[in-house]
Amino acid sequence: MSTLAYDGGAMLGRQLLRIRNNPGLLILTQTMPITMLLFFGYVFGSALAMPGAEYRSFLVPGLLVATAANGLMTGMFQAAQDTHRGVMDRFRTLPVSRAAVPLGQAAADLVVTAAGTVPFLLVGLAVGWRIEGSALEAVGALALLLLFRFATAWVGIFLGLLTRNEEAAGQLGGATFILPLLSNAYIPTEGLPGWLRTLAEWNPISAVTMALRDLFGNAPVPDGAAWPVAHPVAGSLAWCAVLLAVFAPLAVRRYARGE
Amino acid sequence: MTSTYAVLSEGLEKRFGEVHALRGLDLAVAQGTVCGLLGPNGAGKTTAVRLLTTLLRPDAGSARVAGHDLLRDPDAVRGSIGVTGQYASVDGDLTGRQNLQLFARLHRVRGPAGRAGELLDRFGLAEAADRPASTYSGGMRRRLDLAASLVRRPEVLFLDEPTTGLDPASRNRIWDCVRELTADGTTVLLTTQYLEEADQLADDIALVDRGRVAHTGSPAQFKSVIGAHVEVVVTDPDVLVKAAAVLDQLTGAEPSFDHERRAVAAVTRDATLTLPRLVRELDAAGVPLLDASLKPPTLDDAFLRLTQEAQETQDTQEEERAA
Repeated sequence: MSTLAYDGGAMLGRQLLRIRNNPGLLILTQTMPITMLLFFGYVFGSALAMPGAEYRSFLVPGLLVATAANGLMTGMFQAAQDTHRGVMDRFRTLPVSRAAVPLGQAAADLVVTAAGTVPFLLVGLAVGWRIEGSALEAVGALALLLLFRFATAWVGIFLGLLTRNEEAAGQLGGATFILPLLSNAYIPTEGLPGWLRTLAEWNPISAVTMALRDLFGNAPVPDGAAWPVAHPVAGSLAWCAVLLAVFAPLAVRRYARGE
Repeated sequence: MTSTYAVLSEGLEKRFGEVHALRGLDLAVAQGTVCGLLGPNGAGKTTAVRLLTTLLRPDAGSARVAGHDLLRDPDAVRGSIGVTGQYASVDGDLTGRQNLQLFARLHRVRGPAGRAGELLDRFGLAEAADRPASTYSGGMRRRLDLAASLVRRPEVLFLDEPTTGLDPASRNRIWDCVRELTADGTTVLLTTQYLEEADQLADDIALVDRGRVAHTGSPAQFKSVIGAHVEVVVTDPDVLVKAAAVLDQLTGAEPSFDHERRAVAAVTRDATLTLPRLVRELDAAGVPLLDASLKPPTLDDAFLRLTQEAQETQDTQEEERAA
């Protein structure tokens, strides 16, 4: 285990150096949710029945979770790039724990998300979002967000190792933008037709978004929601456990075998 | 078993779907030597290296690398090898220094910063040390690759086409590095497209063809398969037959004529035949010479001839089977 921690730490260091040397992708991923908050909050917010300020505080948890979900692109792109460029193969010839390379990537994703959440929430506060629950619940909300981000990182790394090609990963990455559209991240699901609502509420993004709204005290659990949204904290933990249990072993196996 | 072989493989097989890339590769590389793995494209050289460096698992067969079982103890193998090649690359987003420090750390080298500095100096990369590796020239990149495989001295170094696409100066620099390493006792397994490279560096050559080792031997042995090419040009077409008789006597091989050029040629495997002796014998026989040449065989000739022979043998076998 200490070997894994040491190697994983070295790989985390590598990812952070990579970001420092080449901060373009970081700047894009960090400013995107802020831009979306301002656009959606003021453009869509003006057209919705919900008052603008209320919509913006509804949107803040939604965008946090949508960003965490779309963040799987980072891991996917970098794992595909590393495979394509032969860096993965170099690592695979080293006496390094087989889980260390994907773990380093997932840990780097976590650090970047944690750092990016601070400016985003400051902008959120400026446009009317507030923590309306207890401090403990707010900490719980952030912990849940990071757990979800950790789980999506493994999904991305697995997909990146599978595609092995930066271009294909880029195209697949574009498709992940659809995922939050079919959830409660940007709109309330109550207005959707029955089957679509069910589909949206079984989207893992919906459970985590609802959990954050609940813990921050931004919006109540809607009536008649599907189980993961009706029990958002338990639902979120269950979804994270499922994603990690499936994708972490798949990613490590894929990395170890290389084919 | 305490083996004197740094690499020893028996019956390695690997399939990729329909493609049978390796069909029982037996390879033995003695400790402290350089073995050149040659073969036409698609012969299985790269697959062989990918198996021996633990990047792929064989479908059948076994191998020991630096005394460790490839299948049972891949981590011990990884701890004893260095790999530089077309596929195992450094990280272009990191600087040369950052790359070497990372690899030193992963190899548990004490003082990774100091080790990285040493290697940067040794490989002439000190000036470019703090630039991203993606900005390096091909030669610098290859030297950084090689340095990264040497952060901790490997027992066995795998070099997969280490100088492909490099200019002669960069190529010589890589060759010098390899010679220094072998002088220190490192075993090297080298794949290359350039026969000259194998001739320069390798103690032994293994010719891989269709997933098997078809021939092994020293570069000199490979060349002796072909023999030297002797050609004489005479002033008068009438003495051509007389010249041919002398060549026949000297080489024991049937001479071939080129009447238009008034030339006759033969192949000799006799290493003691020299140009002065050839000229003396022809002169004594009263042959008026215009030109004479004795060209030593190249590894290219041997390579072409052996892969051709292997192809013909296989074709014959297949015809026999079909008949």
